[in-house]
Amino acid sequence: MPAVSKGDGMRGLAVFISDIRNCKSKEAEIKRINKELANIRSKFKGDKALDGYSKKKYVCKLLFIFLLGHDIDFGHMEAVNLLSSNKYTEKQIGYLFISVLVNSNSDLIRLINNAIKNDLSSRNPVSMNLALHCIANVGSKEMAEAFAAEIPRILVAGNTVDSVKQSAALCLLRLNRTSPDLIPMGEWTARVVHLLNDQHLGVVTAAVSLITTLAQKSPDDFKTSISLAVARLSRIVTSAAIDLQDYTYYFVAAPWLSVKLLRLLQCYPPPEDAGLRSRLTECLVTILNKAQEPPKSKKVQHSNAKNAVLFEAIALIIHHDSEPTLLVRACNQLGQFLQHRETNLRYLALESMCTLASSEFSHEAVKTHIETVINALKTERDVSVRQRAVDLLYSMCDRSNAKQIVAEMLSYLENADYSIREEIVLKVAIQAEKYAVDYTWYVDTILNLIRVAGDYVSEEVWYRVIQIVINRDDVQGYAAKTVFETLQAPACHENLVKVGGYILGEFGNLIAGDSRSSPLVQFNLLHSKFHLCSVPTRALLLSAYIKFINLFPEVKPTIQEVLRSDSQLRNADVELQQRAVEYLRLSCIASTDILATVLEEMPPFPERESSILAKLKKKKGSSAKLPDIDETRRQVNGSTEHSANNGTANTSPPLLLEDLLPTSRPRPYSSSPILLSASTMGSAHSFTADMLNLTSTPAAAAAAAVGGGGGGLLVDVFSENSTSPSVDVSEDHLERFVCKNNGILYENQLLQIGLKSEYRQNLGRMYLFYGNKTSIQFLSFTSSVTNNTSQSQLIVQAKPVDPMIEGGAQVQQTLNIECVSEFTDAPELTIIFRYGGNPQHIAVKLPVMLNKFFQPTEMTSQDYFQRWKQLGAPQQEVQKIFKAKYPMDSDATKAKIIGFGVALLDGVDPNPANFVGAGVVHTKTSQVGCLLRLEPNTQAQMYRLTLRTSREPVSHTLLELLCEQF
Amino acid sequence: MIRAILIFNNHGKPRLSKFYEHYTEDTEQQIIRETFHLVSKRDENVCNFLEGGMLIGGSDYKLIYRHYATLYFVFCVDSSESELGILDLIQVFVETLDKCFENVCELDLIFHVDKVHNILAEMVMGGMVLETNMNEIIMQVDAQNKMEKSETFIFQSTRQDR
Repeated sequence: MPAVSKGDGMRGLAVFISDIRNCKSKEAEIKRINKELANIRSKFKGDKALDGYSKKKYVCKLLFIFLLGHDIDFGHMEAVNLLSSNKYTEKQIGYLFISVLVNSNSDLIRLINNAIKNDLSSRNPVSMNLALHCIANVGSKEMAEAFAAEIPRILVAGNTVDSVKQSAALCLLRLNRTSPDLIPMGEWTARVVHLLNDQHLGVVTAAVSLITTLAQKSPDDFKTSISLAVARLSRIVTSAAIDLQDYTYYFVAAPWLSVKLLRLLQCYPPPEDAGLRSRLTECLVTILNKAQEPPKSKKVQHSNAKNAVLFEAIALIIHHDSEPTLLVRACNQLGQFLQHRETNLRYLALESMCTLASSEFSHEAVKTHIETVINALKTERDVSVRQRAVDLLYSMCDRSNAKQIVAEMLSYLENADYSIREEIVLKVAIQAEKYAVDYTWYVDTILNLIRVAGDYVSEEVWYRVIQIVINRDDVQGYAAKTVFETLQAPACHENLVKVGGYILGEFGNLIAGDSRSSPLVQFNLLHSKFHLCSVPTRALLLSAYIKFINLFPEVKPTIQEVLRSDSQLRNADVELQQRAVEYLRLSCIASTDILATVLEEMPPFPERESSILAKLKKKKGSSAKLPDIDETRRQVNGSTEHSANNGTANTSPPLLLEDLLPTSRPRPYSSSPILLSASTMGSAHSFTADMLNLTSTPAAAAAAAVGGGGGGLLVDVFSENSTSPSVDVSEDHLERFVCKNNGILYENQLLQIGLKSEYRQNLGRMYLFYGNKTSIQFLSFTSSVTNNTSQSQLIVQAKPVDPMIEGGAQVQQTLNIECVSEFTDAPELTIIFRYGGNPQHIAVKLPVMLNKFFQPTEMTSQDYFQRWKQLGAPQQEVQKIFKAKYPMDSDATKAKIIGFGVALLDGVDPNPANFVGAGVVHTKTSQVGCLLRLEPNTQAQMYRLTLRTSREPVSHTLLELLCEQF
Repeated sequence: MIRAILIFNNHGKPRLSKFYEHYTEDTEQQIIRETFHLVSKRDENVCNFLEGGMLIGGSDYKLIYRHYATLYFVFCVDSSESELGILDLIQVFVETLDKCFENVCELDLIFHVDKVHNILAEMVMGGMVLETNMNEIIMQVDAQNKMEKSETFIFQSTRQDR
């Protein structure tokens, strides 16, 4: 018999759902939903008591509406009332509503907690389970406080039934996540560990989850769990499925529990007790052996369950990293999976091998699979799998195979998916640097990288190549020669021009002896790219030119001619103009000696950790996770001797670089007056700032320093000077947001800005979501808010936002808003970023209006008219009669008035067609009560709107905002 | 830990959404759309795992999904869960639904949203796996139904059922 018979559905619910499904358009659907919401609202508000069936039906309808993506802002109280019902069905539906719809900051938590408390002490397992589920699902701090003492007691009590124990264990786990400090440890630790011996495997599974989490925090307290876990695992693995009740899944004994036990053991080093250790090894060997046995079923579920256990066993072997034979067996097993026909297994094998590669015992064994992995990179149809292959290649890379791997990754890069290109670029750049013996190879690789995937080469990468070339004199000549050759290509990526400009400017003299790359040829080559480049690159090229004047006096007249041309001296860009003027003047008045001093070769950079590595760590978890795992493993394994070697096996780049690069040479600060002035403009003396002193515009330097502070102001200044006049501020969207708080604020071909906001009294918080609609990253992304009204009216604070948005990605910015006193002008959002080298500038008005700070006020008809009379002075009332812009639909009007922020008062106005509302505008300095009345005249298609408030300017502002809505 | 469980059909219409982390309603809808976008463009026969979308937490999270006829079942999990284990859990969930509804189809999920939630609650609680034994789960669901039946006499309402 089916557990749910199909006939017992609720007819009203079925009809409603069918209606929705039959709706032809989104509008029709919304209309139907609004109708239903109004119906339910009136049913809930009505004075007739609803029976349990109706309550259940309406709550189900609300759940369905919520699932379709509509906000549900009522019904919570009804749901809370259902909790204390003595009928199971009502209680259950109440809990369901709350766990789906109530978030942890709800005001109702106290009431809910009361109901839960009653159910927990009811001794009725069904009610207790419902209550525990609710706690686990909502999991708020208040709940943790209320029940932290109660739940452990239920968990370890002797008379608690199994299903409640299970729930209690997970509930405790959840609360421990929310507020770890609240859960009292100690007294019940031993009894929780003892649950591993429980008869009921469901209880054991839940308990292992709990213990694993607790053991990660305080391993010592739960050390006793190791022996119990090994014993349990051993019984499962070796048993003939006798004592496993129904926990055998497609011929595999208790796979989930095995997985969890193996996870728990990964919190600890190998057991010290020899007996225990051999018993565990025996388990692991058995699991590995079983993988070789013929399958007991052809069903995929069988192999999934079996392999889930196997992969977890391998993870434990890798974690212990102490039994070379097991490690090699694990590696061979994974090697088999690499060529398995199941994509899932290939994926997981690549992933596990990644961690295996960092073990010194198995690193060599992993390397034998290099051809298979490279082949996977070339032939896998699934990008998820290819990405794992990239990760694995990255972790198996060492000095012996770096050239091969880098070459393969470079060739893969040409057709790689856009989503993973930047990551691959970073990885290639890091490997090239880390394993470079021969720096000519390094230079070749990076230049190739820029050629193949220039758009994905971030600033860090090309900064780094310049940094290395400057610091190593053995590679400078080669670098100059190579960039010169690469620049010969008719179409070069702009990043290549930057590198070329910088390197030729510094070391062009090293190749000037050859007539094919004489100074004039070099200059003409660079200048042929000049006009196609963006402003920062041009600025860099101008600096290269002045360096040429110093290096090659013979091209001085040619370069002066270029600097003197109108397109430089009168360039619209103030930075380019300044450089042209200053460089020209410098070249005219300074003697050769002074020029030589000012334009001396750049001193070596002080050594730092590669900024690329930092970037990769920031960008992606997967590969950056590796060092972290090593870290934890080292801590866990404590003093086991091989762990120290582990460290050297994964030499971290900073160490390596210290060996390779001279660090002792003193670094003169800055030798040129111009450069000095530039450097004082960029306040952050980070690596970027060092580079940019010479090469880039102060504006760009400042943009790069945004987040480091200090530079933000400069960006504003520059953007106002150069671009503001041409950008008109988008404003017409504002009226759409008067009555609602969420939606799409702005959209063009590149960028979409989503908006969410919430207000409470005089405070507001706004979340802006910047979505990059293109596949190319936005760089130097800044967004700032300018407030046209003074600080004494409105304060808007914008949190800084990440300066880069990946293609297709979205970033969020939070604004905190405080209304100090009444205001009229909305603040303005200014967004600046670079897209494919072109600066973009967008300005949008933010929908922060006075009515957002409304709190609705419910009042009786009598109160309303009394206050209406009190506000009778002529300057307190404003009125406007206007034509309807939209169809005069009563429901829509109601929704708008509620959205405006006031309470919609039913039955106040003698004429039922009129709408009456009341609310209080909260500002920091005052609270302004507001009464409004809207009288539609459907025949004339006109409205009359009347507002009375205690402050005249408020009345006017609100009137103007609201009258545009109908 | 499981962060979210989503079921939607081939057109991206959500049929069940259960979040074990708090998000605003709008974000939840965006996550559903984003997840659908990520999952639906994948061919059949590729692997059942992929990195999570930006909204759900990026590459620290995995989407593990199965596609059955018209429905996608997607679990979003962190690195503490076994991929294959979750894949099997989805299978158990579906088999359980199948037993409870007798040949479950999309319409059953639409019209019995509360039941589906209750069945799921027997398997996953607060983002952790509670029970994996199908017989045990069905026993609990049966017990609930019995209790419900015993209360139905109250529901025999003759009023217009709207």
